[in-house]
Amino acid sequence: MSSDAGTPTRLVRTGEDDDAFRSALVKLIPHMRAFARSLCGDPTLADDLAQDAMVKAWAARASFEQGTNMKAWSFMILRNQFYSDKRRSWRETQLDQEAAERTLVAVDDPAAPLALDEMRMALAMLPAEQREALILVGAGGFAYDEVAAICGCAVGTAKSRVSRARRALHEILVSGAYYRDGKPASDAMRAILSEAERLKLAL
Amino acid sequence: MNDDKEDEEGRPSQPKDADDMIDHRPRSESLKAATAFDEGHLRQQAIGVRLRQMFDAVVNEEVPDEFLEILRRADERGSEPG
Repeated sequence: MSSDAGTPTRLVRTGEDDDAFRSALVKLIPHMRAFARSLCGDPTLADDLAQDAMVKAWAARASFEQGTNMKAWSFMILRNQFYSDKRRSWRETQLDQEAAERTLVAVDDPAAPLALDEMRMALAMLPAEQREALILVGAGGFAYDEVAAICGCAVGTAKSRVSRARRALHEILVSGAYYRDGKPASDAMRAILSEAERLKLAL
Repeated sequence: MNDDKEDEEGRPSQPKDADDMIDHRPRSESLKAATAFDEGHLRQQAIGVRLRQMFDAVVNEEVPDEFLEILRRADERGSEPG
């Protein structure tokens, strides 16, 4: 097997290390933007957040461990940045309400099916911790242990947040807990169900 | 409306036709049964698809030039001998 000679413990970073790190970071920018958007809703604020996180990640590149998940690492930086900004400038309750409202209009795609809109509204009603955990697993493609690392919680906590988020989202969509243009959310659930059947048929 | 491609991108595919191999009921009937039993599962699946659509919509946006510009400036500062 391999000997100690192959152990890549180096104390000096090379320009090549930086180049590799930089191109990996550039590839992560779209994902960091998406995660930032899901955290703070407003596209402009989200880009500010993603930029701050990108600069932080670049500055901290020496502390990134080769071979670990750089996407998770960058998301963790971004999330920490978000919550430290939030502590500095907003009261939590206020933010959640504002974030919820902004999230509703964050992606303005008239071609998007109705249910996408309803989904966004339902998501906005979840507690922030559950929302981010669900988004990381459901959209970011992270495993629970990665979510735990990003959110600074135990793996079991990450799992329970995701499952509570799924249940709550389902409840909101089924029970018609909100209305849109006078239309009950059960319409949204019907739309989602017909989508589900279509998916099932496509399998 | 064309969502077909958004479903399985980069994810392990499910054992799609395992049921069909052991289940010889007509497709529509078996679908009805599956819908009754797996409604919750289906809903969650659909919710997952929506989540990914929302996230991917942003991932697929063009990254503003500002990002690369900021990174370049950070790079210049960072590469000064320290």
